[in-house]
Amino acid sequence: MDLDPEDVFKDEEDGSDNEFFQQSASSKEYVVYLVDASPKMFNTTCPGKDQKDETHFHLAVSCIAESLKTQIISRSYDEVAICFFNTREKKNLQDLNGVFVFNVAEREHLDRPTARLIKEFDCLQESFMREIGSQYGIVPGSRENSLYNALWVAQALLRKGSIKTADKRILLLTNEDDPFGGLLGAAKADMTRTSLQRAKDAQDLGISIELLPLSCPDEEFNVKVFYADLLGLDGEDLVQFMPSAGQKLEDMKDQLRKRMFTRRIIRRITFDITNGLSIQLNTYALIRPAVPGAITWLDSVTNLPLKIERSLICEDTGALIQEPPKRFQPYRNENVKFSMDEISEMKGISTGCLRLLGFKPLSCLKDYHNLRPSTFVYPSDQEVVGSTCIFIALYRSMLRLKRFAVAFYGSSSHPQLVALVAQDEVAKAGVQIEPPGINMIYLPYSDDIRDVEEIFPDTDDDAPRADEDQIQKAAALIKRIDMRDFSVSQFANPETLCSTAGSSSRRR
Amino acid sequence: MARNKEKLVLLLDVGPSMHSVLPEVEKVCSMLVEKKLIFRKNDEVGVVVFGTEETNNDLTKEVGGYDHIVVLEDIKVVDGDLIDTLQKLPHGTVDGDFLDAIVVGMDMLIKKYKDIHKGKKRLCLITNAVHPIKDSLEGTKEDQVETIAAQMTAQGMKMESVVVRGRLSQDANKRIMDENDRLLSIFSKQTLTRTVYVDSPTSLLGALKTRRITPVTVFRGDLELSPDMKIKVWVYKRTQEEKFPTLKKYSEKAPQTNKFATHQVKVDYEYKTVDGASKVVPPEQRIKGYRYGPQVVPISAAEWDAVKFKPEKGVKLLGFTDASNIMRHYYMKDVYLFIAEPGNTRAILSVSAIARAMKEMNKVAILRCVWRQGQQNVVLGVLTPNISQNDKIPDSFYFNVLPFIEDVREYQFPSFNSFPVSWQPNEQQQKAADELVQMLNLAPSGKEEALLPDYTPNPVLERFYRHLELKSKQPDAAVPPLDGTLKRITEPDPELFFENKSVIDALRKHFELKENPKLKKSARRLLREKPSGSNDEDGDADVSDAQAVNSIEKALVVKIEKIGDLTPVQDFEVILSRRDSPEWVGKAIKEMRDKILGLLSDSHEGDNHLIAVECIAALRKGCILEQEPEPYNNFLRYLNPYCQQKGMSNFWQLLASRELTLVSKSEAADSDVTDNEARRFFVKTEPKPKD
Repeated sequence: MDLDPEDVFKDEEDGSDNEFFQQSASSKEYVVYLVDASPKMFNTTCPGKDQKDETHFHLAVSCIAESLKTQIISRSYDEVAICFFNTREKKNLQDLNGVFVFNVAEREHLDRPTARLIKEFDCLQESFMREIGSQYGIVPGSRENSLYNALWVAQALLRKGSIKTADKRILLLTNEDDPFGGLLGAAKADMTRTSLQRAKDAQDLGISIELLPLSCPDEEFNVKVFYADLLGLDGEDLVQFMPSAGQKLEDMKDQLRKRMFTRRIIRRITFDITNGLSIQLNTYALIRPAVPGAITWLDSVTNLPLKIERSLICEDTGALIQEPPKRFQPYRNENVKFSMDEISEMKGISTGCLRLLGFKPLSCLKDYHNLRPSTFVYPSDQEVVGSTCIFIALYRSMLRLKRFAVAFYGSSSHPQLVALVAQDEVAKAGVQIEPPGINMIYLPYSDDIRDVEEIFPDTDDDAPRADEDQIQKAAALIKRIDMRDFSVSQFANPETLCSTAGSSSRRR
Repeated sequence: MARNKEKLVLLLDVGPSMHSVLPEVEKVCSMLVEKKLIFRKNDEVGVVVFGTEETNNDLTKEVGGYDHIVVLEDIKVVDGDLIDTLQKLPHGTVDGDFLDAIVVGMDMLIKKYKDIHKGKKRLCLITNAVHPIKDSLEGTKEDQVETIAAQMTAQGMKMESVVVRGRLSQDANKRIMDENDRLLSIFSKQTLTRTVYVDSPTSLLGALKTRRITPVTVFRGDLELSPDMKIKVWVYKRTQEEKFPTLKKYSEKAPQTNKFATHQVKVDYEYKTVDGASKVVPPEQRIKGYRYGPQVVPISAAEWDAVKFKPEKGVKLLGFTDASNIMRHYYMKDVYLFIAEPGNTRAILSVSAIARAMKEMNKVAILRCVWRQGQQNVVLGVLTPNISQNDKIPDSFYFNVLPFIEDVREYQFPSFNSFPVSWQPNEQQQKAADELVQMLNLAPSGKEEALLPDYTPNPVLERFYRHLELKSKQPDAAVPPLDGTLKRITEPDPELFFENKSVIDALRKHFELKENPKLKKSARRLLREKPSGSNDEDGDADVSDAQAVNSIEKALVVKIEKIGDLTPVQDFEVILSRRDSPEWVGKAIKEMRDKILGLLSDSHEGDNHLIAVECIAALRKGCILEQEPEPYNNFLRYLNPYCQQKGMSNFWQLLASRELTLVSKSEAADSDVTDNEARRFFVKTEPKPKD
């Protein structure tokens, strides 16, 4: 876990791995959690484990707390704001009623999460009623519209930064599917219209609004009543947003937690199917080794971070080298020199897109054809309309015919052959376990494969083989130690747990 | 090092039927020697060609026979001359006899090394084996081969034969080929011979391992099935990425005249304070900090030690599970191989029994591994059976690392079935896709699987080593382009695509792609992305690409310059998104304003009002998108008295109900209107409040 400067700067060319494993600050995400704090959120409970019921409000808040804790470790560049609506007190720059922006000292409203934010947010449940209070913001006879106000405040919070460098999202948590249900006639129509317009304006500015609905035990959250219009969902998209009624607390938590993640795109790539038929794909890193938090060197006297300066010194003359030096390889008794340009030219063997080469049966993909974590690919019609349609057609063909595509992925750092394997959607209890799409598996070259089986064959005799009886005994053993419900990611990494626990205990 | 010195004789068939692949033979052999020059300088190599007009070898002088075999290079420590020889192999004139060549090669090895260096002596045969070998004087050809094979084993020699077939052997005599294959298989069965059949020049480049890396075990010890049931295993890496060589930095500071200059560069690190002083902080005053959000928590080495996780070395079985529970895309890293401890029959049998039972039952095993004592991390992974196809090689397991919870991001993606109908392929489209997936087949039955990872070389490394060799002779040599053989890896096979032209055309016909018209030009990166890199050599694929793209663009961008009556909102958006001149934004806004005023003045009893409101909404949105609040706000301020004059207060109310108020500061930074002002705009101007 030591940070060896040699490792950090190992080689400029090796920097490519970093983009593979780490997020860069340039793809930030700004999130406003918009939490309904109406009495209904406090009155509705869902059955928890040991007979302990939890209110929807509690559920929402604890999921946010959990997601903040993950975020501070793994995506600490992202910025968040927490905003309640339908509150008694108000606190927001616009001074709008019924909206309360929660924050702690030394932090802007929309800012990176700090240890203090997490700590105070953890304690919020106890003080909420006293300090913020729950109160319906939309009541007959008044012109107040707390949902409208909340959207306005959230949009204003997200004014920071350009949409080009940051993803902006509003995550709305509520259990009220009909916020204007209590109103009548013109007042209702008016409020509905203005709120929808407010939401639409926000969306036009590039802010995405996502709904995390909580279903009441006796009644399913009906997205169609109001929110479908607010989110701009069409008929068929609605299916996505149907949480099943009376879900168990754990399932609901699970679902909420998963929905809070953004699908962060690592790259938009072009998939060349044949000349003239190129579609757009987005790639996502669903599986990447979690790197335990980065280590920074500090001055032990002041506890301030240190900067590391690297200098290149000529061993013959002791002179400092300013310009990027050439590289060399000793060969045939001399040093063959390469400029950095030549090196990048050698590596640049392709156009950067993904080119289809053909298809093979799934049985051709062997267990040893692997090098790195796979990348998930999902189509997008954002730039090229029609991409999704071709993608789905090929995806379905590959699933049905049990074949995978072989393609060349010409990324500048790692031009490589890849297998594109279609993955059918898998869901359990309303929670998606495997998303539908294609997994890109990086294939080794012959240079990367070692035929180690062949090191020790016994030349005189054939290798011993188990007979039928021995195989049957082994089969009995396998049956005894069978883990029927094993799924990947049941286990937490003991190493990361250790270091995280260490540092979070330190900060108190 | 010396212990591991390899002694290799290359036996190369240069007969007429091999001429078409000789360039690849030359490349793969020079690459082999080149890598030895860099990584294994003490290895020794000899070169024998057969199928030549001439004859020149020891055996022919001593015992006669062995015609048309020439020893190009005697066995010697690798040097540059060897590469020069291999780069211009003679083109032979007669059909060679590979068995004679093997004997000549063996004779060279025996004469030079007697019976020492067992296991380090190797023959490497490259031939197409389509011509008959000479009949034996005594006994059958099989007997003859068996005698030679026995001798090979006795001398501790290994052999690697690469048999080039495919297109080369199309008109070859099937009976002879079968006979030769049978003879070669005797070597595989009775000696340490690896025989590889390749169809394409590309796989010829990959079939011969040009760099031999001495395998090192990652782990030796017990595979613990339970506390009292253990199998002795050795674990190796089965795949490991061969990286682009790390080149040393070169300093040009030393004067040219200095013959002893090392030209080495030393990299020095200094830790400095970030305040203005930039003081260097000595190592003992540094402490590590752990990042927690924007804050950094200092933790001393002793504290680190206390929280450090220190697991015990060992490989433990957690359990077996259905193979279907482990998705292929969960494999995280390069792959390991578990073999039973060599020579330990009980271990070999146990591994064999478990592997075969797993295979039959379609099960995999989940393991928890700590390879070394003191290693900080634990590896969780899946063990899958690797049933050996070769009688000589014991069964073994593959092991792939699986993710922990923290490594998995559970993003949710919409189900494809939930997409609108327009995004769903129809029946014909699905059929066209099915055809493509079936017909563009890289693994047709009865033929070699194309692009098999095991035989596909890394084109970047190929290119590096070729460039290195070129540069050693000519320091300013340009980076060589990818040749046709390597392009088969990076680009579709034109032949395969040509054979399936009808399928591809059908696909093109059934699917339509359009650039998204709503997207701003600046963001339209995708379809215009210029191919860069090495494809300067022949541009046919790229040219047609570019043409295709152009035609898409042409079809798409019907240039709209005026806002029409039919679809004013859409026209406005299209003009607004034009980026070929900065004037379009201003023009679009002005046109839209005129259009709205036109609509209002032409309106008969408010019949145009709804359209006008839509236009105003579009204008407002456009002004916010372009961050141009002024034109909209001015226009709205102008409309207010205009509506009152013309008695269009219901139109004004319509605007109010749509909240089409002034663009405020929060929406466009340049606006001079506050949020409050914007909200009150209609209240203030509205003569009578609604309720």
